[in-house]
Amino acid sequence: MTRTRWISLLGRYGVVVALLLLVLFGWLRYDYFLGFFNISSVLRYNSMFALVALGMCFVIMTGGIDLSVGSTAALGSVVAALFSPQGVWIGLGAGVGAGLCVGLVNAALVTRLKIMPFIATLATMLAASGTALLLADNQSVSVSYDSGFTSIGQDNSFGFPIPAWIALAAYIAGWIILNFTSTGRGVLAVGGNEDATRMMGLPVGRIKFLVYFASGGLAGLAGVILASQFGAGQPIEGVGWELFAIAAVVVGGTLLTGGVGSVGATLAGVLLLGILFNVLNFENGKGWISLSAYWQSVIRGLFLLIVVVLQAKLAARGNAAVRDH
Amino acid sequence: MTDTPQMARTTARRFDPFDFLARYGTLIALLLLILFNLAFTRNFATIQTLNVNLTQVCTIVIVAVGMTLVIATGGIDLSVGSLMAISGALAPMIFLGKIMPIGNIYLAVAAAMLVSIAVAGLFGLFNGWLISAFRIQPIVATLVLFIAGRGIAQVMTNGNLQTFRVPQFQFIGLGRVLGIPVQVILMLLIVLAAAWMLKRTVFGRQIIAIGGNERAAELSGIAVARVKLLVYAISGLCAGLAGLVVIAINSSSDANLVGLGMELDAIAAVAVGGTLLSGGKATIIGTLIGAMTIQLVRYTLLANGVPDAAALVVKAGIIILAVWIQQQGRAHA
Repeated sequence: MTRTRWISLLGRYGVVVALLLLVLFGWLRYDYFLGFFNISSVLRYNSMFALVALGMCFVIMTGGIDLSVGSTAALGSVVAALFSPQGVWIGLGAGVGAGLCVGLVNAALVTRLKIMPFIATLATMLAASGTALLLADNQSVSVSYDSGFTSIGQDNSFGFPIPAWIALAAYIAGWIILNFTSTGRGVLAVGGNEDATRMMGLPVGRIKFLVYFASGGLAGLAGVILASQFGAGQPIEGVGWELFAIAAVVVGGTLLTGGVGSVGATLAGVLLLGILFNVLNFENGKGWISLSAYWQSVIRGLFLLIVVVLQAKLAARGNAAVRDH
Repeated sequence: MTDTPQMARTTARRFDPFDFLARYGTLIALLLLILFNLAFTRNFATIQTLNVNLTQVCTIVIVAVGMTLVIATGGIDLSVGSLMAISGALAPMIFLGKIMPIGNIYLAVAAAMLVSIAVAGLFGLFNGWLISAFRIQPIVATLVLFIAGRGIAQVMTNGNLQTFRVPQFQFIGLGRVLGIPVQVILMLLIVLAAAWMLKRTVFGRQIIAIGGNERAAELSGIAVARVKLLVYAISGLCAGLAGLVVIAINSSSDANLVGLGMELDAIAAVAVGGTLLSGGKATIIGTLIGAMTIQLVRYTLLANGVPDAAALVVKAGIIILAVWIQQQGRAHA
């Protein structure tokens, strides 16, 4: 019993432990690692990935996948930039709205036409990217600096970057929805066994519809922050975001087969991958080693490899332990 | 495609438009596109146009053949683009003598081709090992090399562009035999070999059996782990070869760009071609037709003045339409 419990606890909180160890390492080794500037820049930058990963986490918990989040974010950033002269709220609303539109198409394809999520969202990934390029005329769209639109991405509030607050609010909402609402419990039920869930009378179609819709909206929101932070809507940004988000969700211990997942662990997964980058930058700054930017993706890949192999071993042990008792 | 004649006789008594479209829709679309272009696109019926389209579609088809086999087992391979970058980065380093000088240029080119394709194959084997030994889901297991693989290629070349003029090597991208581009011959050979293997060999039937029902395949004595290892290795080899063709055509190798987005093009070709993404039913010829249809759609749009960005949206629509029609066909059958 104790061994099973230990293994399941490690599987569950391993990512948090790893995150704390990495932060401890950085704090002991680098002078300004926990300085205000570094913390806020890490949070500001990674809040976009956090939002995208939150949507991905919900989609994956239903047993699906959303490959379109990166180009949806790009589309959101372009649309937000185009509407930014009208004011902060209109820019924000337009960007999120564009994301929701893509989410709506995904949701309709998956729940109405019953097309496999992988293929449906692969297609909308191409379509969203094409639409972003068309709207932006194949170049970056500069945002309006007079309307205050840039404050979303660049300003602080109560000492922390506004994007970090937005991401935090989204994660708290996500956590409440997952754990304390019937829709949230339904998400896990659908991922665990879709047919059984349907027979129990839960609205499977509506639940799936909502997760893709929400994922699109969150990706659009990430796009708004992107445009606001860098001062331009960027139609070719967001390439590979979907796979980064999947990596963060997997590192957080959510199973790609659905039915199991945690919002908090996903946030820890995003921060872990983000801070890993940050630590590498600091290490380069110390001058002991000099790793080019290209090493970072190699190290990220290695890191993902270690995590998934460990998870696979833990899962096998956990199954064996359950069988023994 | 895998239906036996008896089944076809019992089910195809009444004409079912969806079933018909599901079987031949992509082929019909390809033929309609050709007719449309003959009528409306200027200078379409020329050797030049044929060559442009065939050379552009070649690398996608070569990668998509490996992808078809992987998908037939119920898996997926996201790493193909990164493996193309690795083989594309490694080959010039060998034949330009950056690793060790090789006196004879033919020897150097042969070594470059063999070693870089083999390395890509080994990485594919690594994917297969993760999937069969640790039971990691294919999408996650191949995500590792998708992320790390391009980084490896960039680290090897330090992110620098390698340019070269080595006709002996570039024969595979620029050469012609009897007027036919060499890479088109390579593509056809690979397509025919894979189609034969999938239909006529024990290994091919085992691939389909695993995709249909892995547990049943295992219980009936198929060495599932070994078949999966081989399938991912083949996908790696195909990607390695495609990487070489790309750099041979370009006379240069840029680790940041070689094979970028190829995994999606290949998966799209496989899906449009009629292979089931859940495994258990696969057609190599379908994949060839699927890739050519997607290519010709893009060509038709570009040749008639539609911007590339809009072509992306149309491509998305075609993927959805093709997959939807195939699903309807299965639902009615």
